[in-house]
Amino acid sequence: MFGKLTWDAIPWDQPIPLVAGAVVIVLLLGVIAWVILKGYLPYLWREWITSVDHKRVGVMYTLLGIVMLVRGFIDAIMMRSQQALAYQAPGYLPPEHYDQIFSAHGTIMIFFGAMPFMIGLMNFAVPLQLGVRDVAFPTLNSTSFWLTATGALLVNISLVVGEFARTGWLPYPPLSELAYSPGVGVDYYVWALQISGVGTLMSGINLVTTILKMRAPGMSYLRMPIYCWTALASNLLIVAAFPILTATLAMLTLDRYLGFHFFTNTAGGNVMMFVNLIWAWGHPEVYILVLPAFGIFSEVISTFSSKPLFGYRSMVMATMFICVVSFMVWLHHFFTMGAGADVNAAFGIATSIIAVGTGVKVYNWMFTMYGGRIRFATPMLWSVGFIVTFVIGGMTGVLLAVPPADFQLHNSLFLVAHFHNVIIGGVVFAAFAGLTYWFPKAFGFRLHEGWGKAAFWFSLAGFYLTFMPLYVAGLLGMTRRLQHYDLAQWRPWVLLAGLGVVVTCLGVACQIIQLVVSIRERVELRDEMGDPWDGRSLEWATTSPPPAFNFAVLPDVRGEEPYWEIKRRAIETQQLADEPEYQAIEMPRNSPTGFITAFFSTLTGFALIWHIWWLVVVGLVAAYAVFVWFAWRDQDEYEIPAAEVAAADRERRRAREAWLRANVRVREPA
Amino acid sequence: MNMTLVPTAAAARRHATRLRAAITALALVAPLAGCGGILDPQGPIGAANRTILLNALGIMLVIVVPTIIATLAFAWWFRAGNPRARYLPHFAYSGRIELIVWSIPTLVILFLGGVIWIGSHELDPAKPLNPSQKPLEVQVVSLDWKWLFIYPDQGVASVNDLVIPAGTPVHFSLTSASVMNVFFVPQLGSMIYTMNGMVTQLWLQADKTADLPGLSAQYSGDGFSDMGFVVHAVPQQDFEAWVAKTRNNGPTLDPKSYGQLAVQSRVAKPFTYGAVESAIFNAVAMQHLPPGPGPDSGRGGVDVHNRSE
Repeated sequence: MFGKLTWDAIPWDQPIPLVAGAVVIVLLLGVIAWVILKGYLPYLWREWITSVDHKRVGVMYTLLGIVMLVRGFIDAIMMRSQQALAYQAPGYLPPEHYDQIFSAHGTIMIFFGAMPFMIGLMNFAVPLQLGVRDVAFPTLNSTSFWLTATGALLVNISLVVGEFARTGWLPYPPLSELAYSPGVGVDYYVWALQISGVGTLMSGINLVTTILKMRAPGMSYLRMPIYCWTALASNLLIVAAFPILTATLAMLTLDRYLGFHFFTNTAGGNVMMFVNLIWAWGHPEVYILVLPAFGIFSEVISTFSSKPLFGYRSMVMATMFICVVSFMVWLHHFFTMGAGADVNAAFGIATSIIAVGTGVKVYNWMFTMYGGRIRFATPMLWSVGFIVTFVIGGMTGVLLAVPPADFQLHNSLFLVAHFHNVIIGGVVFAAFAGLTYWFPKAFGFRLHEGWGKAAFWFSLAGFYLTFMPLYVAGLLGMTRRLQHYDLAQWRPWVLLAGLGVVVTCLGVACQIIQLVVSIRERVELRDEMGDPWDGRSLEWATTSPPPAFNFAVLPDVRGEEPYWEIKRRAIETQQLADEPEYQAIEMPRNSPTGFITAFFSTLTGFALIWHIWWLVVVGLVAAYAVFVWFAWRDQDEYEIPAAEVAAADRERRRAREAWLRANVRVREPA
Repeated sequence: MNMTLVPTAAAARRHATRLRAAITALALVAPLAGCGGILDPQGPIGAANRTILLNALGIMLVIVVPTIIATLAFAWWFRAGNPRARYLPHFAYSGRIELIVWSIPTLVILFLGGVIWIGSHELDPAKPLNPSQKPLEVQVVSLDWKWLFIYPDQGVASVNDLVIPAGTPVHFSLTSASVMNVFFVPQLGSMIYTMNGMVTQLWLQADKTADLPGLSAQYSGDGFSDMGFVVHAVPQQDFEAWVAKTRNNGPTLDPKSYGQLAVQSRVAKPFTYGAVESAIFNAVAMQHLPPGPGPDSGRGGVDVHNRSE
């Protein structure tokens, strides 16, 4: 009836996951009870869970990313504290638990922290920047999100039901094969990633289609904001790379479930094939994350320097250059597997060539600041912090691309420090910059500056204090994933890194306080006009938060910075453009398709992990039935009458006019 | 072995610049030398790896340091509150700057590409070290979770203790009994993967007598952290004395005792085999001996007993 699932699946003998799981369950039940008792459930269902609005979906993606970043950070605290205690001692986490933690940390941070955060920001901002009303396939978008949430849920269930993978975040065979990992950990990993991977792939297709087919009138490719270009590059990479992951994991699944021999030691299996395939996805994955991050920084630096982006075409070229070359470097993840000198050298050089594209970007950001009037609001602080940090991370990356250096640094804490340097310094900093930058657009009020700045400084200091010592530990020969160690020369650096996590904790606390304080002071922090940062691209042309239809009339784009032009004209002529003729707008109807599909996918995934075959069939049939039911719908759009559109837009124009009068009065003396 | 990376006279000037850069880089990491680890090499491969590492670091620092300084300087000088900074709201393109911006990283990478190409070939782990000298042959098998070192010419084997003569090149042939591992002695130099059914090659040498820590640099399961071993680099006569003492003393390494060793376990104290069945390493590498068994069960996997592959 329940397959392999018995009461023994719950780790009664391990108090830490048990207590943690209990706390999470109590919190979750508490939140659900509060929502139901307060009567918020219909609202949540109507406005969020079934919403196909790209802005809502984007916000939910981002929220999922934030929650999972916190979960992954708790794993990080446990890992650092374990290593701090485990000098010639066993520490407090036995290997079978510690091994799950570092595997879960990597998996969660990449797949369920960074990815949803980045995809969420793209979902929110790209259609607004393109001047359109939604993504190409709104219901698919909602389904993508809910499938990603399914994956996150499955990984978190593994905390208390069964176990998570003990293989590292990339399950290298033969360790991940049934012979060496007979538990359900790898199965949780595989099915969580397969299901959320489907979501990611669909999201990639959706955004590529949106960018290629749905831009505002007049917005040619070379008039798109740079963030849209980086989003295009990133989603093209998703479309090209995620099928490789799906196929690779499918082969591993066949090995584990049906006794195939793709990656086994014997019967013709080839473990190196897995390593090649997983990195053929894995390296583009790095750029899937970091390219939109580059885009965010480009937008932020330009906006807060009060200047157009320097070398726009150069930036576009560099972005697409990185997009292409990122597919040709995967072997640098295993120079030490004994490939010949020619192969290693070729991939080493290809890898360092990527640094040309990145270098160009860094210089263009520098010259964007040159001659600017830089306002150091929180997003700009993250951006300057990013450039400095990322340049260091890029340098250590090129160092690792030099095979003879990698022969000594591979898998060391130097490597760990490097990829945290680029992922925290690049992606996470960008996520927070983007969050602060677009938060007022999403919710109509700004985030508190003081707490935001405190969060920045603590996070920056915490990052350096954690990872610079790990560079040193790596140079001292310390390898990653050690549950305990005996060498005295590593100890001070491991302890320092532990201290760094404490400082980072303060940064995380400031972020949470910032959110709470901002919500409480939302009236003072209100963004009346919809353009809180003196922005340049189209998302600032509409209200904060934007109406469901984003723009009453699709903007007519005549240059690289359409909104800046509109604003400049308004200031020069001291009046807004003439009121347009409003028409009724058709918008997609909400749909529970995504949520219900994900619900049954969760059941299917869980059933596959535990070999509950009847439930697998039920889940698959039901998920498919939802699609059929959706495909049979009679009405997929509803109409917003012209009067309503007009009312909303006149409201927006009033706020703009008020701003214009105030603004002109200020500027007159000059 | 001559480890000079750019032997031509034409490149001497370039070499000098790089040397200066390397010195800067060295100054940055100097406090770490002498603490063990890869900056305190005890053999020619480790020393050459370090040279390349520091050269590459030096070359990049030449660009990276000014970039960081310029970034911070621009950000500070062009702050909104600085009345002396000139506001150039339309400065968004300059062909000359674009040219420089693409050239600087390209030139650095061209230069570095040379270092990569030459370094990869000179330091290919499989490239014999000092061919004029007769090497010591060592066959390495990584097991769950210990290291087996077989000395085929001496007919002895050792677990978690690697005794080698200082000043003699050592040729390692490596394989794995079960999952992947990485053989790594930080102070001797290059690491290499071990994989079941495959043999990788590595050449290392210890210059002086010393006890050096070694480890697995690829996570391989619950006992991974206990896969540390010690390299005892000893004078030639001590090595011979060790072999003489070990030979015919203690158990024989044959398929049966190997089977016992291959079971998942941690080794508290290193031990040796007094005799070795000659083809045992090949039997492991060619999979004539089955891969080491995994655990009997895992959480939630109670009915999945270790099935043969």
